[in-house]
Amino acid sequence: MTELHSTNNSVLSHHEREEIDHWLARYPEDRKQSALLGALRAVMHGENYVSVEKMDAIAEYLGLPAIAVYEAASFYSMFETDPSHAARYSISVCTNVSCMLNGSDSILSHIEKKLGIKAGQATPDKKFFIKVEEECLAACCNAPMMQVNHVYHTDLTAEKVDSILDGLE
Amino acid sequence: MSQELVTLEIDGQTLQARPGSMLIEAADAAGISIPRFCYHKKLSVAANCRMCLVEIEKAPKAMPACATPVSANMKVHTRSEKTRAAQRDIMEFLLINHPLDCPICDQGGECELQDVAMGYGNNQSNFQEIKRVVPDKDIGPLIETAMTRCIQCTRCVRFGEEVAGLRELGATGRSERMEIGTYVSKAVVSELSGNVIDICPVGALTAKPSRYTARAWEMRAHPSIAPHDAVGSNIEFHSFDGRIIRAVPRDNEAVNECWISDRDRFSYEGLYAHDRLTQPQVRQEDGSWRVVSWQEALDAVATILHHIDANRSAAFVSPTASVEEGYLLQKLMRGLGVNNIEHRLRQVDFNHADSSSASLNLAELEQQNLIVLLGANSRFEAPLLNHRIRKASLKGAKVVAINPQALDYNFDVQQVVVDSANLLNAVASLALAVAESAGGLPQALRNLNVQATDEARAWAEQLRSAEKKTILVGGLAAQHPAFGALKALSNYIGEQTGAVVSVLPSANSVGLSLAGVVPAPNAETDLNRLLASDLNTLVLVNVEPEDFAYPEQALKAMQAADQVIVIAPFADDRAREYASVLLPAATFAETAGTFVNIEGRWQSFKGAMQPKQEVRPVWKILRVIGNSMNLSAFDYMSAEEIVAEVKLETQGGKAAKTSGLPEQLVTSTLSQLPQPVHMYRTDSLVRRAKALQEMVALTPNAVSGV
Repeated sequence: MTELHSTNNSVLSHHEREEIDHWLARYPEDRKQSALLGALRAVMHGENYVSVEKMDAIAEYLGLPAIAVYEAASFYSMFETDPSHAARYSISVCTNVSCMLNGSDSILSHIEKKLGIKAGQATPDKKFFIKVEEECLAACCNAPMMQVNHVYHTDLTAEKVDSILDGLE
Repeated sequence: MSQELVTLEIDGQTLQARPGSMLIEAADAAGISIPRFCYHKKLSVAANCRMCLVEIEKAPKAMPACATPVSANMKVHTRSEKTRAAQRDIMEFLLINHPLDCPICDQGGECELQDVAMGYGNNQSNFQEIKRVVPDKDIGPLIETAMTRCIQCTRCVRFGEEVAGLRELGATGRSERMEIGTYVSKAVVSELSGNVIDICPVGALTAKPSRYTARAWEMRAHPSIAPHDAVGSNIEFHSFDGRIIRAVPRDNEAVNECWISDRDRFSYEGLYAHDRLTQPQVRQEDGSWRVVSWQEALDAVATILHHIDANRSAAFVSPTASVEEGYLLQKLMRGLGVNNIEHRLRQVDFNHADSSSASLNLAELEQQNLIVLLGANSRFEAPLLNHRIRKASLKGAKVVAINPQALDYNFDVQQVVVDSANLLNAVASLALAVAESAGGLPQALRNLNVQATDEARAWAEQLRSAEKKTILVGGLAAQHPAFGALKALSNYIGEQTGAVVSVLPSANSVGLSLAGVVPAPNAETDLNRLLASDLNTLVLVNVEPEDFAYPEQALKAMQAADQVIVIAPFADDRAREYASVLLPAATFAETAGTFVNIEGRWQSFKGAMQPKQEVRPVWKILRVIGNSMNLSAFDYMSAEEIVAEVKLETQGGKAAKTSGLPEQLVTSTLSQLPQPVHMYRTDSLVRRAKALQEMVALTPNAVSGV
């Protein structure tokens, strides 16, 4: 690749650039790709999804081909790339074997009914998004469980779900 | 050496292999076939298709031959029951999501998946669920996609990163939702992109211009040589029903390896342009055109040539012409006393005779430690030569590019931007720095009145200390008013530092220069002064105004001439205005010929197709004209006979190398610099290739001077 252009990257916010620089500092000069996941996390944290515009800006900032950023963002399930999935709280209800045996299906349909949306959709006020979760989230001993953003909630009942979701700003 | 090799056994055959090499390489070298999809000898190992699983004694499971290094006393079985079972299972997996649309798939009949399924697969599947469907992507005018057929071998992705140097395709999503594509809708624009069509083992990526035109088993293959750049890539035309359907690479490690550029791959479309000339025609008194017999047309040509005013006549030939065509043209013109003969149509400075020695070796280019590009947009001038530079760069060579503007290279390069007016001084300063340490100061450098800067001294030191070094003077330099001086200085620097110096010629320019398609020393040697002079008779062999550095000036000269004999495959409306006679000529695909590449490598080819209708090979047309003008020694029976004569006259093509600097370096004065030409507008055939023309707008920076 040709030399990295030192551009005045205005698409990335000051905070996002700071965050990327923080990760860049931890790796050797010629290993800029190491900061890619950190960059995507920073964008995801701010906007609740990563747009193509942001991904292109990250690619330019890190001197990567844009497709390398698209690949990473589309591979990891914690990054949303569809703007209609952007919401402040991303809810993942585990529906894998242990949770399923302990009634995760009814937990999921309870949440769907409560929020008035289906799995894979976000509420119109962009507060909640129910993610289609296929993987075991590794909390089988306390099934059924769900993850809201980074927090695990275990031993779920409909009432417990209500109080968790109602307690969120 | 033998101690360094590892001895192993494959299928009971004892083999020796380089330590660190993979099993599949050892098997390939011994001619033992192991099925594979993701492995490609020119790409990195991915080991994701698992088709090459083989049984290795003492290993608990079958191992992928592409990712298992050889080791001493390894015993491998490629046909054992364990291996066969692994192959059958993998084949079943790969076919789970592959559609059964072989009857309408362009890859059908030349599909690795079909072949391997036939050879190693099972005849039934346990899979009863629904196959996945992947939406097709529009990735531009050259490559057709059918992504449901993709088996995710990632050869195309690795090709982009490792060979094209432009990562455009990628694998997005994961698991069963993984797709190969560009993610955002965009065209793939690499100048080597068409190669993914060849390396795709299935019908996911096929050639768009030739889709649905013929089946692989119906086509006939004809070896040929590509004419569009000075690499001379080895190609193969595939024809069906008397028509060329496509062009593909022919392996030649020394020249193009197993790749070709998109220009060489898709230019054949131009053969069937609507303004293809198929009948000889003569202009009537009233300006209208009459289709005539060859005899009548040649009589008209003879009448013109009998009354020729040698000093006010000129012959121009496209740099894509073969050695035979160029040689006969200059022989004819010289026989008529005309010395204004030229093929270097985009060059603007003709001072200091060519001293290019064709000493460059493409394969050795990738072994260099230091490569200096002077006025060379190498990616677009000669994509596969650029690929060698890129390989050198990846191996750690330092590449320096001195250009009038920053350019888009696909490897690490230190760009030194010197504006056009100061380019000569910058190179002279370097020559001076080289001369200082060499001791003597040539008169030419004394006269130039430049100083050796500290920067120049640092470069000179780098040039001296690098072990293997090459200076490549490119097409942008050819459009510089001090081209001759730049070449002379580069040669001087090369002589003093031991660097190989090569001028990147356009197309078959090396061959045409050897064949004498240049003005005689006593004629007007400056093409642009010649065009501005009062020319009244022109002979144009496959030449159009766009082939010149200044198309408008060239068109004016053509319009102003009383007689213009056009020998060409095409005639557009402008040609019908300025021409007196139109003689339909065969292209390189329809006649035998020889091209000489940048290395001085002579490559002869046969015509792939018979010329249609009244089209005739240029060398035959020129032979008949020569005979009708009663010139001696014009009785050639074949192209081979002509090229043998050229070889004899040029002692096998060893051009004389001039050495030392001339006393005074001379430059041209230009009222304006020429516009660089887009890589898909360089010659008449390419300009008529439809798909490539669609690429022009998508690749605005793909310009050069050759």
